Amino acid sequence: MSQIETFYEVMRKQGITRRSFMKYCALTASALGLGPAFVPKIAHAMETKPRTPVIWVNGLECTCCSESFIRGAHPLAKDVVLSMISLDYSHTLMAAAGHHAEAALQETIDKYKGNYILAVEGNPPLNEDGMFCIVGGKPFVEQLKHAAEHAKAVISWGACASYGCVQAAAPNPTRATPVHKVITDKPIIKVPGCPPIAEVMTGVITYMLTFDRLPELDRQGRPAMFYGQRIHDKCYRRPHFDAGQFVEHWDDENARKGYCLYKMGCKGPTTYNACSTVRWNEGVSFPIQSGHGCIGCSEDGFWDQGSFYDRLTNIKQFGIEANADKVGMTAAGVVGGAVAVHAAISALKRAQKKNQEKVEG
Amino acid sequence: MASPSSNIAAHDVAPEDMATVSRQTSIYVYEAPVRIWHWVNAAAILVLCVTGYFIGRPPPSMQIGEAVEQFVFGYIRFAHFAAGMVLTVGFLGRAYWAIVGNHHARQLFYVPVWRGHFWKEVWFEIQWYLFLAKEPKKYVGHNPLAQLAMFFFLTLGGSFMIVTGLALYAEGAQEGSLTHLLFGWVHGLVWNTQRLHTLHHLGMWWIVIFMIVHIYVAIREDIMSRQSIVSTMISGHRTFKDDRPD
Repeated sequence: MSQIETFYEVMRKQGITRRSFMKYCALTASALGLGPAFVPKIAHAMETKPRTPVIWVNGLECTCCSESFIRGAHPLAKDVVLSMISLDYSHTLMAAAGHHAEAALQETIDKYKGNYILAVEGNPPLNEDGMFCIVGGKPFVEQLKHAAEHAKAVISWGACASYGCVQAAAPNPTRATPVHKVITDKPIIKVPGCPPIAEVMTGVITYMLTFDRLPELDRQGRPAMFYGQRIHDKCYRRPHFDAGQFVEHWDDENARKGYCLYKMGCKGPTTYNACSTVRWNEGVSFPIQSGHGCIGCSEDGFWDQGSFYDRLTNIKQFGIEANADKVGMTAAGVVGGAVAVHAAISALKRAQKKNQEKVEG
Repeated sequence: MASPSSNIAAHDVAPEDMATVSRQTSIYVYEAPVRIWHWVNAAAILVLCVTGYFIGRPPPSMQIGEAVEQFVFGYIRFAHFAAGMVLTVGFLGRAYWAIVGNHHARQLFYVPVWRGHFWKEVWFEIQWYLFLAKEPKKYVGHNPLAQLAMFFFLTLGGSFMIVTGLALYAEGAQEGSLTHLLFGWVHGLVWNTQRLHTLHHLGMWWIVIFMIVHIYVAIREDIMSRQSIVSTMISGHRTFKDDRPD
């Protein structure tokens, strides 16, 4: 273990031919939006750079991120990254268990101080001193802080780590808190989604390992290459949106024709992700293609934006389930009614005054 | 053409008008840019409210032709964006005129909260609207209550709609565009832009409420107050119906 293996060596050990390796480099380059000139660069980096260790910790989560990750479209990506991760620390994937696992974590931290990447799946609950999520006999938040202390960078996998997801939905009884609110002194990359797309996950890791730096991030800290556009911007049903052709009811004629799902509450117009381009399950499909609107799973607080099937968000602060239109129309109705009453009284008063003036005059 | 008309107050003056006709005065209050802005703004708001409502709640699907041949929702959105840009430019122009125009042009952009006298007059206006005061006061510009309402509904409400609207527009314009550069920061305040849609939609109703009150009050004041209101926004001149001191 004195000499850290390169990615290429790991790949070759797994019986991957050089030809397949070059294909992988080309695919990754195009997935990252890089030109053909970058293919040899990626190949070179993978051949020469010692691989960066990754520690993968799991807090409050459902493991859908891991499930997505091991289904990467390109088998090489997952093989490489998985073999790399299983060497170090990952609850779901590593062979070690119990004290051995915890020892492996500590060993990796000590050995690669300041050089490893910390990948976080799920988030820490902070209520009751973090007792709602115990890992190795300690609250997860302690493990997270400990592992993050010497990390080079932190990846927040999925909506849980990035924004809180379902366990942070109102009223958030365990006070589940996204990673960036607990770890404030490290560069954090958010890769939201419930789960994120496998190719996006492997793409982000490959980019970081290849170029030794974080990918370009947007204002919210998401990799711009995958989260720079909305689902809506690249949706293949967009022409029906512009034409004003919408699915009116589930299973109606328009639904069969594949019209826009905007009226069915599709959150595509407010969701930044790569689903409509990269798609899922090796590019087979994505929710809208299957006839269901986007639920906005890669957006902050997507559980708390009312129904998945409403275009206008319910506003619970008004006590009853109401949306912006109902609130507005009620307010406008009350004001309109008040105006009508006021106008009537004004007219009466005026008539009265005129009468008086006549009498007096 | 030289006639002794200078002695006549008006050509069609009736005997019963003689007592007041020559003494009624008018003051030039709203300069042309203010009046033009008012009506352009009103038209833009009308377009924005109608199209904005449809964007949140689209009209029934239309089957004029194939999707390539029809652009119904696209036109609705275009009208909304175009009117929004007109409103924005108009608002900036109006703000500029507040600086270079006459002092009435400034009323929209501040509330003299520090003046006790102002609040006293606001209270008086409220009494007038509650039918407690017998007669309203005369004002050359906006009365204090109107100034307060316009500031909160139109100046603040309008600014809110412009900022949230441009932030939503920036989503379509995407990162790297000027709009995104200038207004993308708003996304960071709400995190999930679905919230921005909801806020912008509520803002529309805020403006609708203003419209209802504004039109009602303008007409009511025109009839019941001691001064002109509606015509002032057309001619720019404020005329008074009596000469009694306030």
